[in-house]
Amino acid sequence: MSFINYSSKEINCKIVYYGPGLCGKTANLQFIYKKTAPDKKGKLISLATETERTLFFDFLPLALGDIKGFKVRFHLYTVPGQVFYAASRKLILKGCDGIIFVADSQVERAEANIESLDDLAFNLEEHGFDLNTMPFTLQYNKRDLPNVVPSDEMDQMLNNRGVPWFDCVAVDGTGVFETLKDSARQVILELKKNY
Amino acid sequence: MSSSDLIMYEEEFQRIDEELVSLKNSANASVVFLVDKNGQLIASVGDTQDVDTTSLASLTAGNIAATGGIAKLLGEEEFTILFHEGAKDNINISLIGSRIILAVVFDSRSSIGLVRLRVKKSTEKLAQIFDDISDKSDKDKAEGKLDDSPFNEISDDDIDSLFR
Repeated sequence: MSFINYSSKEINCKIVYYGPGLCGKTANLQFIYKKTAPDKKGKLISLATETERTLFFDFLPLALGDIKGFKVRFHLYTVPGQVFYAASRKLILKGCDGIIFVADSQVERAEANIESLDDLAFNLEEHGFDLNTMPFTLQYNKRDLPNVVPSDEMDQMLNNRGVPWFDCVAVDGTGVFETLKDSARQVILELKKNY
Repeated sequence: MSSSDLIMYEEEFQRIDEELVSLKNSANASVVFLVDKNGQLIASVGDTQDVDTTSLASLTAGNIAATGGIAKLLGEEEFTILFHEGAKDNINISLIGSRIILAVVFDSRSSIGLVRLRVKKSTEKLAQIFDDISDKSDKDKAEGKLDDSPFNEISDDDIDSLFR
């Protein structure tokens, strides 16, 4: 659910990074935080456990610039990936405008990706969203590792809808901004359709 | 996009701001802010210059969401009031209708009793304003696109420019 404020001339949108545990959702946010000018970002909030696993969510507000005189703000959230945090994962999806699904490209995580994507579709449905129609971007992460599934096979496994996808190495930033930019584009175009 | 998008116009924003200022003064609070349940800050008044209101908004909504989750597990529809007490500052968080969160930060110059009393009064007024907003945006949607919509002539270049 976006928030358009004609009084302060602001458009606020919420983008959620989703994916299985340890796939690199938080790493995406950390890289974006590191590479964004101080005047364009807020604090990166991480509600994590002592072992740096996301407990509830990470949150990064970005104010990238203006469109037609309106300040455009993106609120980026990640969900906790671990299976047993299902309840909190669902809460974060409330009112999201776009989803970025971060898949772990390693062979042994193939099943976890599919499981998490199913979980995403189910949770979105509970909030009244449809993964088949809402802004959705795929990211195939950890492409630098040796034991990865080829991108086109990843695509066959995960991308039934044929949405844009990006090869990525979140820890060094490869593909991180490309993914975000695509999601932002889809979210804004969706708003354009409605307003 | 869901029909639950929130569109705020100048007139209603003024009314909200006036109500929040009045609440802040009558409750002797230091900060009063409104957040929607998705974590977007709607308005804030008071000593906010040293406060990261964006993060505060997101965490408040997360707090309400988690508490709502607990309520459901216990068979409650929702817990409508949250109160956190600190050594110096306290925060009272309550719901207005089903989608707006009102948070009042106060210190020893006020008391929880006074805050709750004033919040209760303001809640009715704020709920009315939000009803008006939703009527207004439903009407605008029914009549077609908004006249001065920032999205009217948006191009790929505009979107690209955000990432330069």
